[in-house]
Amino acid sequence: MKRSITALVAGTLLAASFAALAGPGAIEGVEKQPVNISAIAMFLVFVVATLGITKWAAGKTKSTADFYTAGGGITGFQNGLAIAGDYMSAATLLGLTSMVYFKGYDGFIYAVCFFIGWPIILFLIAERLRNLGKFTFADIASYRLDQNRIRTFAAIGSLTVVCFYLIVQMVGAGQLIQLLFGLEYNTAVTVVGILMMVYVTFGGMTATTWVQIIKACLLLGGGISLMLLTLSQFGWSFENLFVKAIESHKAGEKLMIPGSLMADPISALSLSLGLLFGTAGLPHIMMRFFTVPNAKEARKSVFYATGFIGLFFLVTMVLGAAAISIVGTNPAFFEGGQVGGKLIGGGNMPVMHLTKAVGGDIFLGFLSAVAFATILAVVSGLALAGASAISHDLYARVIKKGTATSEQELKVTRMASVGLGIAAIVLGIAFKDQNVLFLVALAFGVASSVNFPVLILSMYWKGLTTRGALWGGIAGLVSSVGLVILSPTVWVKIFGNKAAIFPYDHPAIVSMSLAFFVTWLLSVTDKSERAKREAAAFEEQYIRAQTGLGAEGAHAH
Amino acid sequence: MSQSNIHAKIRSNPKFAELVGKRTRFAIALSLIVLVPYYSYMLLVSLQPQLFAGKISDGSVITIGWPIAALIVVVGWLLTGVYVNRANGEFDRLTEEVLKEARK
Repeated sequence: MKRSITALVAGTLLAASFAALAGPGAIEGVEKQPVNISAIAMFLVFVVATLGITKWAAGKTKSTADFYTAGGGITGFQNGLAIAGDYMSAATLLGLTSMVYFKGYDGFIYAVCFFIGWPIILFLIAERLRNLGKFTFADIASYRLDQNRIRTFAAIGSLTVVCFYLIVQMVGAGQLIQLLFGLEYNTAVTVVGILMMVYVTFGGMTATTWVQIIKACLLLGGGISLMLLTLSQFGWSFENLFVKAIESHKAGEKLMIPGSLMADPISALSLSLGLLFGTAGLPHIMMRFFTVPNAKEARKSVFYATGFIGLFFLVTMVLGAAAISIVGTNPAFFEGGQVGGKLIGGGNMPVMHLTKAVGGDIFLGFLSAVAFATILAVVSGLALAGASAISHDLYARVIKKGTATSEQELKVTRMASVGLGIAAIVLGIAFKDQNVLFLVALAFGVASSVNFPVLILSMYWKGLTTRGALWGGIAGLVSSVGLVILSPTVWVKIFGNKAAIFPYDHPAIVSMSLAFFVTWLLSVTDKSERAKREAAAFEEQYIRAQTGLGAEGAHAH
Repeated sequence: MSQSNIHAKIRSNPKFAELVGKRTRFAIALSLIVLVPYYSYMLLVSLQPQLFAGKISDGSVITIGWPIAALIVVVGWLLTGVYVNRANGEFDRLTEEVLKEARK
C-alpha cells in the first residue's frame, strides 16, 4: 500500500515536466490616491475589534501549546474558515478577477489550479499531519530522523518560505493601501508590520485564528454581496452577463475559450504541479492542522476550507466577467477617460472599480477595508509560522535539546515575532517599487522542492534516512533558488540579459524532481547504523500516523 | 503494558490491516478521480482549446468550458465531503476498535 502511494506520487511527478507557477496579482507601479475616509473608518473598526480579540486571546495564551496551536481547541469549522482565510489573500481577490477581466476564460484555468491542491491535501496528507505533528511541520519531517540536522533544515525551509512570502505580502500591502486608502507606502507597511507583531506576540495562534476567521467571513460576505448586486444589474442572467462581456471586450468571442496563457503544455502542466505541491508545503498552512483536537476535526476543516475557497474562486470568476462590461466601458475608470486605455490604479483594480460602480463609495470603502484586513491576516499567519520555527524548532529542540521551560520558549517566540515584524517592515520598505513576482516563484519553489518532499517521504516511505533527507533538501533548495535566478523573470527582466538560461519562470518540477531523486538515491545507498535505526522507527510512526495512537490531544484547560 | 507491545497488538490485528487497506485504496481512488480529469483538462486546454468552444445550448454565448471548470471545482469539493463522511464514520470506528483491542 505504501508503495502504491509512493508510486502515485512519483507518477504525478512524471506526468508533468516543468513547473511554471505564477502568483496572481503583482501590483504594478501605482500612484497615491486621495485619502479615503470611509475606508479608513471601516478599517479602524476592524482593527479595534481584532485588538479586542487579541487582548482576550492574550489572557488565554499561557503555554507554548496555547501560543502555537490555540491549545488545540479550534473546531473543524472554525479551522476551515481560518485555513480559507490564510489561503485567500488580497492578491487572490484582485489578481483572479483582473485575470478574467483581461484574459477571460484563462483566468478560470488559473483558479482551478489554485484550488485543486485542497482535495489532495485532504486525501493524502491532512490526517497523517495531524496525527504526527505537534506544533510545526519540522516535527513530522524530523519525527524519526536526526533531530539536529533535519529539524534545523526543515526550520530553515520554513523560514525561507515565510520570508519570501512575507516580502511579497508587505510590498503588495504598501502598494494596495496607498492606492485604496491614500496612505504613504512606508506608513502602510509600518502599520501592517506593527499590527501583525501585536496580534502574534500577544495573542499567538488564538488571535491569529480569529483574525483569519473574521477576515474570511468579511471577504466571503463582501464578495458574495458584490456578486449579487452585480448579477441584479444583468437581470440575474449569466447569458446576459456574457453577451455584454463579449460585446465590450476587444477579444470578443475568444474571451470564452482557452487562450494563449496555457498554450505551452509544459508550462501549463507545471503551473498546476507547482501550485499543488507548493500549497502542501506552505508552513503557515500546515501549522493550522495542529490547532484542532484530532484527525476527525482536521478532516472536517479541510472540507470546510475547500468549500469556502472553491466558492470564493467561483465568485471571483463572476466578478471578473461582470467587470468586463461594467468597468471596461466606463470612461470614469480609465486614465484620461480613455476607454480601453490604462485602468486607474493599474491592472489589478477591476474588482475595486466594479465595487464602486455597483455599490458606490461606501461599498468601495468596505471592500478596501476588507482587502487591508486580508493582508493583515495573511502576514500574521506567516509571522506565527516563522516564529514557531525559530522558537520551537531551533531554540527549544535544537539549541536547548528539549530542556527549555515553557516560559523561556514563550519568551523566545515573542522575541522572534517582534524580530520578524521588524524584518518584514524593513524588507517591505527595501523592496519598494521592485518587481516581487520572482519572490512568489521562490516561495512556492522552496515550498514544493524543500518542504514538500521531506514531508511526504517521511510520512510514506520507510526507507527515508537523515542523509537522504538532508542532501535531497539541499538539492531542492539550491536548484529551486538557482533556477529562479536563471529564469526569465530574474535573468531577463531584472538582470537585463537577452535570453533566459532556464526557460520557465517557476522551477518546481526540475527542482522538486531533483530533490526527490537525490533523497531517494542517498537514502537507499545509506547503509549506516543510523539508517537502520531510522527504518526500524518507522513502524511506530506508521501506526501513530494511521491510528493517532500517542498523538497530541487537545491541550484545553 | 509496554508501548511496543501495543504496537505489536495493533499490527497483528486484522482490523488494522483492513483499516489501512480500505482507507489507502479509498484515498488513492478519490485522488485519481480528482487528478485524472484535472490533468486531462490542463492538457486539453493547452493542446486542444477548440474542444471547449462548443456552446452550452443553441443560441447561447456561454461555452462549455465555463461549466466544465466550475464542475471540477464543485466535484473536488464534494469529494472531500465523501472522504470526510466515510473517514469520520467507518474508518474512525475501525480505528477506535483497533485501539481498544490493543489496550485490553
